[in-house]
Amino acid sequence: MIELIVFYIFGALLLGAATMVVVMRNPVHAALFLVLAFFCSAAIWLLLQAEFLAIALVLVYVGAVMVLFLFVVMMLDINMVTIREGFARYLPFGLFVAILMFLVMGLVVSSDYFLSDAFSTFSHVREGYSNTQHLGQTLYTEYLYQFEIAGAILLVAIVAAISLSMSKAKVTKAPNPGDQVTVKKQDRLRIVKMDAEGKE
Amino acid sequence: MSISNEILLALPELSLLSMACLVLVVDAFSKDPDHRITYWLTQISLAIVFLLVFTSIPDEPRLAFHNSFIDDAMSSVLKCFICAITIIVFLYSYEYLKENKLMKGEYFVLGLFAVLGMMIMSSAYSLLSIYLGLELMSLSMYAMVAMNRKSAAASEAAMKYFILGALASGMLLYGISMIYGLTSSIQFTEIAAISMTSVENSRFLVFGMIFMIIGIAFKLGAAPFHMWVPDVYQGAPTSVTLFISTAPKLAAFAMAIRILVDGLFPLVADWQSILMVLAVLSMAIGNIVAISQTNIKRMLAYSTIAHVGYLFLGLIAGTINGFAGSMFYIISYALMSMGTFGMIILLGRYEFEAKNLEDFKGLSGRSPWFAFIMMCLMFSMAGVPPFLGFWSKWFVLKELVASGYFALAAVSVVFSIIGAYYYLRIVKLMYFDKPDKMTAIKATKQMRAVLTANGLLILVLGLLPNSLMQICLTALAH
Repeated sequence: MIELIVFYIFGALLLGAATMVVVMRNPVHAALFLVLAFFCSAAIWLLLQAEFLAIALVLVYVGAVMVLFLFVVMMLDINMVTIREGFARYLPFGLFVAILMFLVMGLVVSSDYFLSDAFSTFSHVREGYSNTQHLGQTLYTEYLYQFEIAGAILLVAIVAAISLSMSKAKVTKAPNPGDQVTVKKQDRLRIVKMDAEGKE
Repeated sequence: MSISNEILLALPELSLLSMACLVLVVDAFSKDPDHRITYWLTQISLAIVFLLVFTSIPDEPRLAFHNSFIDDAMSSVLKCFICAITIIVFLYSYEYLKENKLMKGEYFVLGLFAVLGMMIMSSAYSLLSIYLGLELMSLSMYAMVAMNRKSAAASEAAMKYFILGALASGMLLYGISMIYGLTSSIQFTEIAAISMTSVENSRFLVFGMIFMIIGIAFKLGAAPFHMWVPDVYQGAPTSVTLFISTAPKLAAFAMAIRILVDGLFPLVADWQSILMVLAVLSMAIGNIVAISQTNIKRMLAYSTIAHVGYLFLGLIAGTINGFAGSMFYIISYALMSMGTFGMIILLGRYEFEAKNLEDFKGLSGRSPWFAFIMMCLMFSMAGVPPFLGFWSKWFVLKELVASGYFALAAVSVVFSIIGAYYYLRIVKLMYFDKPDKMTAIKATKQMRAVLTANGLLILVLGLLPNSLMQICLTALAH
């Protein structure tokens, strides 16, 4: 009973937050509502006893991805007027896609498969079971090889990103103190001999 | 098998990974604008890996890492060819990068990682390892295409390659998830066993298989999933085009064999008919559109599409001999393509690329020897006996006829005659046309020697095709 109440609270919060993300005029507010939406989904994961996914969602999405997102939103000067220009024009098409997706989801959820007994009761995992531990064990034993390859892929992503974005030209104007101390008079001063100019 | 033995099986991959990391660190500290140390370390690592694979070709397939890695004759042979081809590709590339002031250490580092991805694909025995190997290879390739940031064409090519590649990976994953949903396994022997027994699910298995075939066709560049090929081949720096058109094709072939033969052989009748459509479309589009091209890289891109069509013919035959024919085809294609792009690099100079067919005009007057080598390569691509390209078509068509696909074999012969036109046009330009300018060919001794060896290899292997065919047959015998 308690579980059901908690689920509805977080479910409602999630829907509300997700709606606000789309509706909000200020992109920073929208990003913050997205954080709330992620947080509510994490709570629902916890309710489903998938604590690893809940923690990962908070750590990775709320902690890292959204902070980065906020930075980008704040750094870029986004003109909201131009973004909203096409709203009315695309609305019919957007509504059509949304209704279509809603219908398809309804068809899937109301199918015999999901109406079977397996989904009507919620089975609890046995006490002392930790899916973080289970996941860790599988990842580092059964999927060791794939795990290592994934590491290599991340390394390639770093190398590729740096090699494509780094320019060799030195753009920094920071002075080097060592050079400044050892500088000689003739490095900076140029004495030019000139004829004296007469008065005009 | 204990974990230490399993790690020993993957020794070539592990040493390549560690060498790639070493090259990365050494290059970060090297001040040399020519990146000589990086280049030589890269070549040495590839040579070491080649030797490691070459000295341990197994007779029996051995599985490791919870059956997600296989060490068998096919993977070893393909790995040997991948390493050897990449060594020569890098040799050509080094000249090209130096000449065009594109030298960057990351080129070789990313190249090594791409080779690692190809090796992982060659010996992958579960859908997850195949996918990860593919991503490792593709990601390195995207970055290599984009490496020349001054060129708008290269950036455009990289963008197209990246977006379409991501789409294809998505398709592949979609197929994988369907297959996993139906068989609850990502391991090939289990998938084969389940798809053999479960008849009621086979309709859905075919559905998943179609998506995976789309992924394979995209990576190989088969029509109608070929849209990226001409743009990427044309836009990328020639050395990268050279790389893309050689070694990755071998890895994509391995992927096709693993998925279709090791995993989904019970559905052979279904994938044969799909491949038939892909093969005919590829041969038609490749050969016919290539005729109207004036840019040589673009023309060779369409020729790749056509060659992939012939590669599929061996798979359609559905027998061990047919698969061996396909393997022979893809290896010989890689060798020919390597020589042809090497020739384009040879004829180019700084800020001038031999990009149009006109640039080959009167090559026989400028350099009779290289005109001869180019003639060998073009004859071989067109399938003129006694060159290698003739035998690759011969083996594939022989198996196709033996399996009873007469009409398909006839169609492919017609298309190969159409295709001969644009290869022979280059020969005509080289021997019967007057050159626009008589500039001498500027290239180092190394480059000349390797290109000569490359061209003569096509001729020698063409005279003794059975040795290579024997290797392919034993590789696929298990």
